[in-house]
Amino acid sequence: MSNNNDYWKENVSLLLKLLAVWFVVSFGMGIILADYLDQFQFFGFPLGFWMSQQGSIYVFVALIFIYVRKMNKLDKKYNVDEEEEQ
Amino acid sequence: MDIQTLTYIFVGITFAIYIGIAIWAKAGTTDDFYVAGHNVHPLANGMATAADWMSAASFISMAGLISFMGRDGSMYLMGWTGGYVLLALLLAPYLRKFGQFTVPDFVGDRYYSNTARTVAIICALFISFTYVAGQMRGVGIVFSRFLEVDISMGVMIGMSIVFFYAVLGGMKGITYTQVAQYCVLIFAFMVPAIFISILMTNNPVPQLGFGSTLADGSGTYLLDKLNGLSTELGFGEYTDGRKSTFDMFCITAALMVGTAGLPHVIVRFFTVPKVRDARLSAGYALVLIAILYTAAPAVASFARLNLINTVSEAEYKTTPEWFKNWEDIDLIAWRDKNNDGKIQYVAGNAFEGKPQFKEGRGASGERLLSNADGPTENELYIDQDIMVLANPEIAGLPNWVVALVVAGGLAAALSTAAGLLLVISTSIAHDLFKKMLLPEISDKQELMFARIAVAVAVLIAGYFGINPPGFVAQVVAFAFGLAASTFFPVILMGIFYKRMNKEGAISGMIAGLLFTLAYIVYFKFINPADNNADNWWLGVSPEGAGTLGMTLNFIVAYGISKFTAEPPQEVQDMVERIRVPRG
Repeated sequence: MSNNNDYWKENVSLLLKLLAVWFVVSFGMGIILADYLDQFQFFGFPLGFWMSQQGSIYVFVALIFIYVRKMNKLDKKYNVDEEEEQ
Repeated sequence: MDIQTLTYIFVGITFAIYIGIAIWAKAGTTDDFYVAGHNVHPLANGMATAADWMSAASFISMAGLISFMGRDGSMYLMGWTGGYVLLALLLAPYLRKFGQFTVPDFVGDRYYSNTARTVAIICALFISFTYVAGQMRGVGIVFSRFLEVDISMGVMIGMSIVFFYAVLGGMKGITYTQVAQYCVLIFAFMVPAIFISILMTNNPVPQLGFGSTLADGSGTYLLDKLNGLSTELGFGEYTDGRKSTFDMFCITAALMVGTAGLPHVIVRFFTVPKVRDARLSAGYALVLIAILYTAAPAVASFARLNLINTVSEAEYKTTPEWFKNWEDIDLIAWRDKNNDGKIQYVAGNAFEGKPQFKEGRGASGERLLSNADGPTENELYIDQDIMVLANPEIAGLPNWVVALVVAGGLAAALSTAAGLLLVISTSIAHDLFKKMLLPEISDKQELMFARIAVAVAVLIAGYFGINPPGFVAQVVAFAFGLAASTFFPVILMGIFYKRMNKEGAISGMIAGLLFTLAYIVYFKFINPADNNADNWWLGVSPEGAGTLGMTLNFIVAYGISKFTAEPPQEVQDMVERIRVPRG
């Protein structure tokens, strides 16, 4: 049982880190700081506008794939991954 | 060939494919019917999820909305993609491990209570019916504009296709049809986007194109040009926000959390074989969705610039064919306020309310309206929903591209409708009959109940498509608000907070539901005149009410659970079990 508890704790701490990034790129840079960031030019875009209409979405995709990789490793580490089909 | 013939050919071919798949993927058991036998490949499930999720709203309406909202439109872009991060990290893997058929299954078992199950069934039905009505309106618009059939006829054709593959194949048929529909809709969305991007900026990637310089050799960035024109006409800069930051925050959050809590999306993750597949499949789904969602804001900017260039100060008599076609079906309206024969398109409403057409033509040949003038010089009304469908014509693309977009719009609407109808049927056959009213029925009988339920749901949805309730647009806010304020919090706490008990969950759901319902009903129906920022609580519009409802749900559930008995040991053991993939 304590194995499972440690697994769960590591899982939750990974989630919190990823969700912090999720929050910063969308609500942080795409909404709260958008007006401030708009003074910077990013190619042909104002930066805040780009974050809210493009950048945040790319980061969302990356976050899920990072999560998939890290969780697969974590499953193996605590030996709780699903056994291969016989 | 003319547009109509090409459209018949494209739509005919895609419909034939959908029917072929339905016959191939006939469901034999309730397992097949509800969750496609739990053995869909993660990539196939990703494609099916993407098609399931991207509805008529995403395909037909979203780019148009953004085109008129500018930066504020990003609430849809971030809201409807960011929800997948929540879904992948917080819900999907655990619900797959739980291993049942539906969301009410989870709520009922986790909170060991048929009251909780019943509340969940009501929410699932309400959300799904609301949503289906919207899809049917999309099908109706597309058919009436491009195939020149009656809206009712169009809805009936669409419904009979869905009827066929949903009743026959259940989740299995729907899944593989959705895979095909994803291919059709993404191709149909991207081809015109790429064409227009090349035409306007010489850049074949639309996502980069709208940050590039214009193709006219002036060296001006497209967005700078658009900002300049928008400001000149009084709309304000396109890349600026107009809503208050807190309201934007709440609406975006409600859409994100609502996305993660929508039953027809959640149930897709029950169809894959393993927990790790559920995680991966959410990743695939978001990539496939992001292709459209990152192209949509580009399409929005292109369409906006093209529209302004085409109509502003143009003579009505010389406007292109498409302008009059859309006017003919009431979605564009123009009144020559200053009698110069030209279209003045500036900020502000042209008329009071939606255009009401009357008999007769004006001096330039335009249709006459009975509305009173709006407060500004603006002479033009354009329905935002037409932008994506009209875009290829506005940009002067070949006829086959227009036909392709029509087939794509139908694929988007039908795939989402099918997913929703399945949720409705499982809620009734499985959650209501099998789990509560008639637990002794056999698998065969339950399957028959499920088929009958789909059939009835198709008919009801068809009725709403032909006689659309006037409040379809308003009630979409309900679907997200309710999913955000009910399902998301109870499922999340069910997984992450072992101490949460049935008293807490039920009172939380009811508090969230009542608050959100009351807030939206008050501002949308009882007192629409008050629906403005001065009267909103904390400045949050009804679209963002789900965020407040969700917060309330969390607080009430936590508070009540502290003062009531902890859940029984077997429920706590179950929570332990769903937290680890193995076993």
